[in-house]
Amino acid sequence: MSTSTDKLTQGNGPSHAKHRSGQYVLGYLLSLVLTAISFALALTHAMHVAPLMIVMTILAGFQIVVQLFFFMHVTEGDGPPYHSLALILGLIFTFAIALMSVWIMGFGSQVS
Amino acid sequence: MPAALKQFTDTYLMWNEGYLIWISDILIALTSIGIVATLTYFKKWKWLWKEWLTSVDHKRIGIMYLIAALLMMFRGGADAMLLRTQLASPNSHFLTAEHYDQIFTTHGTIMILFMAMPMIFAMFNIVVPLQIGARDVAFPYLNAISFWLFFFGAMLFNISFVFGGSPDAGWVSYPPLTELGFDKGPGENFYLLSLQISGIGSIATGINFLATILKMRAPGMKLMRMPLFTWSVVAASIVIIFAFPALTIALALLMLDRIVGTHFFTMLHGGDPMMFVNLFWIWGHPEVYIVVLPAFGVFSEVVATFARKRIFGYTSMVASLLLISVISYFVWAHHFFTMGAGADVNTFFAVASMMVAIPTGVKVFNWLFTMFRGRISFELPMLWTLAFVPNFIIGGATGVMLAVAPADYQYHNSYFLIAHFHQVLIAGPVFGLIAGMYFWWPKMFGFKLDEKIGRIAFWLFNIGFYVCFMPQYALGFKGMQRRMYTYPAGMGWHTLNLISTIGAYIMGLGFLFIVVQIVYSIKYGERDLTGDPWNGRTLEWSLPSPAPHYNFAVIPTVTDRDMLWVMKQEGREGELRRINPDAIADIHMPKNSGRPFLMGLAFFVAGFGFVFNWYVLAVIGLVGVALTMILRAFEWDDEYHILAEEVREVEAALGRL
Repeated sequence: MSTSTDKLTQGNGPSHAKHRSGQYVLGYLLSLVLTAISFALALTHAMHVAPLMIVMTILAGFQIVVQLFFFMHVTEGDGPPYHSLALILGLIFTFAIALMSVWIMGFGSQVS
Repeated sequence: MPAALKQFTDTYLMWNEGYLIWISDILIALTSIGIVATLTYFKKWKWLWKEWLTSVDHKRIGIMYLIAALLMMFRGGADAMLLRTQLASPNSHFLTAEHYDQIFTTHGTIMILFMAMPMIFAMFNIVVPLQIGARDVAFPYLNAISFWLFFFGAMLFNISFVFGGSPDAGWVSYPPLTELGFDKGPGENFYLLSLQISGIGSIATGINFLATILKMRAPGMKLMRMPLFTWSVVAASIVIIFAFPALTIALALLMLDRIVGTHFFTMLHGGDPMMFVNLFWIWGHPEVYIVVLPAFGVFSEVVATFARKRIFGYTSMVASLLLISVISYFVWAHHFFTMGAGADVNTFFAVASMMVAIPTGVKVFNWLFTMFRGRISFELPMLWTLAFVPNFIIGGATGVMLAVAPADYQYHNSYFLIAHFHQVLIAGPVFGLIAGMYFWWPKMFGFKLDEKIGRIAFWLFNIGFYVCFMPQYALGFKGMQRRMYTYPAGMGWHTLNLISTIGAYIMGLGFLFIVVQIVYSIKYGERDLTGDPWNGRTLEWSLPSPAPHYNFAVIPTVTDRDMLWVMKQEGREGELRRINPDAIADIHMPKNSGRPFLMGLAFFVAGFGFVFNWYVLAVIGLVGVALTMILRAFEWDDEYHILAEEVREVEAALGRL
């Protein structure tokens, strides 16, 4: 087998040695803390709706960054940087879908 | 009968609902007994487990997808027959309104999610690694998980027919109808959970094949040297990866509404049912491109092979595939123009929807130009491809009509729409995947499907198609709406409906002929001894049929597009068919594992528990899922080597040394 299983065999080998378990624990804790903050803000009604939405969106953005760096090793890898292309495409789709959904669903404010 | 037993049979087995249920029960029981008895009699249980259920071989998984897809096509087709029988005459009482609702719901859901999706995954699995010169997909174990999640998701959905009751709110399952207040039954839960489970598998397949194609191509196969089917898989995988999460979210939120009592899609407490519609179609529209893009890929391979010409406009074919996959994200609101989002929104989405016709038109012209002055031979795959062209053009043209937002207020949810989407979905994915099935069948099984019976099936299915769906355009203009379970006499709809029903029966007959063809060909089909029955152009045809399970004894080096064809022109295709024994090295392969099957089973148990709110069962299932994941995490010894000597023996037996 080529790439995929070659990497599997090196499970304990050189290419994976740099992923210390500490890194995963840190990432895990960070993601838990970020989740806890958003839940706490929502449950305690700490702010008005509009600023709350903005804060939650920013926290969600941090969450993505944590996932990408601590678990998906976005900065590593060899060969052509397909993943950067995929990330850019993903960002475009995400923003397009989110903003256009706001645009489409904004009709409620006119109707009701 | 004791009262408790009667209550059980009425609530869960629905024996009070009439003979359709009884017939299904009997057929299911007989089929199950038949399968168990056959396997036991021929002592095949161990073989089934070792060779198939635990397999991580992409070719085996592909074949299992194909079998499942054909079975689901039968189920969905049987639903269609029932619907058309009901509509054949006015004031019909063949089905009640409730049963009609359930049957059109299961027909739609099964055809899209449990027939079209596994059919394209069958093609992905069988073809892609062979076309790009790889020995398996990037993540073989994940591939097996994908299959078993799909399989058990489909089982969970299908079992609703005889246990608990089918979903009945349409394949789109819009709230507020699907909220608990209006739809108590377990049917809707079956829908939500089975789609969720198979959806996980679909996302994993998208990731798997994108990684496979980007990372595991044979040396020298640059992106622009890839066969067009592989390109279509790239495009479809991109769409799968970015579209399916929207469905996951929509279903999860609706499930929370139903199970936990949240208010995402209710009219109370700030919820908005139209938000579900919005989320559903963010996935739903890309989904139809997910199923049609691989069909486009199949047509590209078939046209080039049977016209004996290099495909016309390769670069524009690739560009249009990718363009379709990107535009597919910007058209979803055309499914609910009539919501009243305003002229600006509708205009944007109308124009975006019409734009899809441009890259699609480019593809159609490229196929036609490829055939132009080609030496065309009319074998089964080519027949279906030729039939696709006029069919899809009509479907595309009516699609542009529907995309005109003001006019859509007239067509919306009428039989005009029904005729349109059946036309594009049958001409595209169904014709495409049947063409692909005929084309790669010899590669899968080592024999061709019988040409004569296939032609009968082809003509029946095609003529039946037009007889069935052309009248429905007219019915739409005459005001007939979709999802009506019956209609009064004197509306002027009877004749057209009757014709449409006759067409549906002819299509059903066509499908039966395909079944007969497969059964007949197993025994009498022409054996494919060369591995290249169609005078093919790409790497998979340089292998024997069926391919050995390591695929390539020596990974070929690619220097051209249509590698095999170029080598044939230069008279050196022997280089691919005669292996130098010294070049064979040990081959590294993944080990089979029973865990993906067990994980699917655990998901099934968990899903079943959630459907009936039996939380103990649900927790047991989820624990099973967690266990299989933990066991996998601690598994180190999951691969082995096929020794070079063994490979040489296999290749020698195939006469390739």
